[in-house]
Amino acid sequence: MSTEHPARTVGRVNLIATEELTKVYGGRVRALDRLTVSVEPGIIGLVGANGAGKSTLIKILLGLLPPTRGSARVLGLDPLTQGDQVRARVGYMPEHDCLPPDLIAAELVTHLARISGLPPTAARERASEALRHVGLYEERYRQVGGYSTGMKQRVKLAQALVHDPDLLLLDEPTNGLDPAGREAMLELISRIGKEFGISIVVCSHLLGEVERICDTLVAIDGGKLLRADRIESMTTATGVLVVEVDEGIEELAEALAALEPQRDGPALLVPLAGEETYDQVLRAVAERELPLHRLDQRHHRVAELFSPEVAA
Amino acid sequence: MTSVIHDIGYQRYQGARLGRGFAVRSLYLHSLRTAYGLGRSAKAKIFSWLVAGLVLTVAAVVAGVRAITGEVLMDYPEFADGAVVLVVLFVAVVAPELVSRDLRSGVLALYFSRPLRRTDYAWAKLAALVSALWLLLAAPMLVMFVAGAFSMDSWSGVWREAGDFAGGLGYAALYAVVFGSIALAIASLIGRRAVAAGAVVAAFLVTTPVVGLLEVVGGENAQYLAGLFSPATLMLGVHGWLFGEVDALYPGPFGLWYGVVTVAVVAAFTGALLMRYRRVQR
Repeated sequence: MSTEHPARTVGRVNLIATEELTKVYGGRVRALDRLTVSVEPGIIGLVGANGAGKSTLIKILLGLLPPTRGSARVLGLDPLTQGDQVRARVGYMPEHDCLPPDLIAAELVTHLARISGLPPTAARERASEALRHVGLYEERYRQVGGYSTGMKQRVKLAQALVHDPDLLLLDEPTNGLDPAGREAMLELISRIGKEFGISIVVCSHLLGEVERICDTLVAIDGGKLLRADRIESMTTATGVLVVEVDEGIEELAEALAALEPQRDGPALLVPLAGEETYDQVLRAVAERELPLHRLDQRHHRVAELFSPEVAA
Repeated sequence: MTSVIHDIGYQRYQGARLGRGFAVRSLYLHSLRTAYGLGRSAKAKIFSWLVAGLVLTVAAVVAGVRAITGEVLMDYPEFADGAVVLVVLFVAVVAPELVSRDLRSGVLALYFSRPLRRTDYAWAKLAALVSALWLLLAAPMLVMFVAGAFSMDSWSGVWREAGDFAGGLGYAALYAVVFGSIALAIASLIGRRAVAAGAVVAAFLVTTPVVGLLEVVGGENAQYLAGLFSPATLMLGVHGWLFGEVDALYPGPFGLWYGVVTVAVVAAFTGALLMRYRRVQR
């Protein structure tokens, strides 16, 4: 991994490894249930519905929460006993609002860089750098309170990045952003992972969003591991074409019977075997002169990934 | 050469990482500056500097009267006692500024995900408030000392004045620890600054009638001990115990009690503060 940045490699150690990790709140609520997973450096998408246990996992990885049972290792360190060392090498971007509105962005990030252990001068320089990398230039001398949601998300990312961590933990980084803002944020995360060579865990409840930038996906539900795999193996398994025609859907289904299509409301789901599937579908539609309304590869949603046939 | 500024790309950080002790020191300094609005807008500076201006003015008047007439209006510990209303106002505004703001903005998540522990945060904030309060009392005392020392005829006089000054600084430190720990523990429970400020003032005010009531209805011993029930009179008792006569019934023969209760109060409120940050969410 990250051949351009050999210094980044953490030896033969896994980026993150958990063993039977379990967290029970108040003796009843089981946030994590015997989660065993290990991932290699890269951009990792951690997907699951709200309440699936993503934030609990992140807090355990940061050493902020002790697991009820099981163990975790981050960058080869035990967050339970070596929390300080883990937190010095990890950057964390929380999901919720966490910026004091009365502070100037540059001052806030500089201050937080010092709390991460950077000497005063280095802290100031790296704060400017980090803010520049996330796309904040002159605005960084204004109070955070006057920022748009997109700018605030960028400051949150900058403070996670300021101390040059080996791993970034991003909790729902696109929350509250409009489509363009989401796009820009994903682009930025992808750049940080690929060009800066920093490993990233991106938490999201939107699979469609993270799958585009990740090279590994970890899906959890109800605190249990559903799947953890390289993204290539996942997309081939879930590749499906959605075909919608304004009329004659039955006719089309018959014509495509060899491809074993499934009805899904007004649409037809055709398993994607390769490029030729597109041709077959288009030919069938053209031959019958059906009004084609939609033809695209399905955007996976967490729900699909969680459905039994996919999880199996 | 072109005039284009090249994006030099991402640079790794190879320099020193100073760790937890440095993190705590940085938070302490940042918070101490916050107490006086340094590095913030002019609006944030107004209150602290107004209070500081008031106590400095009083000190200048005391020093001036002494220089001209030779009369000592108040000695160092009396000066601290006299400033109690301003001290209460100061902690009521500054304590919420230091902790309530952080509770409300959610910035604690950013602190606790760094090599700084929850109790480190509490200690740094407490140290900052106590320091800010001590400076508020020590600076005017310094004015009084400088004026007093210059009006002395002999070195032994200056020496004696320095001893009194040192005692005053120690008493100011005790004052700062007592009022700082109480105010910060209360403010750390409330996210809204205005509410927190009200709660701090109330905590210092509601205890005053208790003292008054005990003084009126109690027997002789109850009157001596009445001062234990409010921070300001508690300090007055300690003052009497450490420096002799004060203008109050207490501490009477119970000086040691006042000392012990003061230590207990500081320990209890500091403990409560640490507990609070062990549990606080986010």
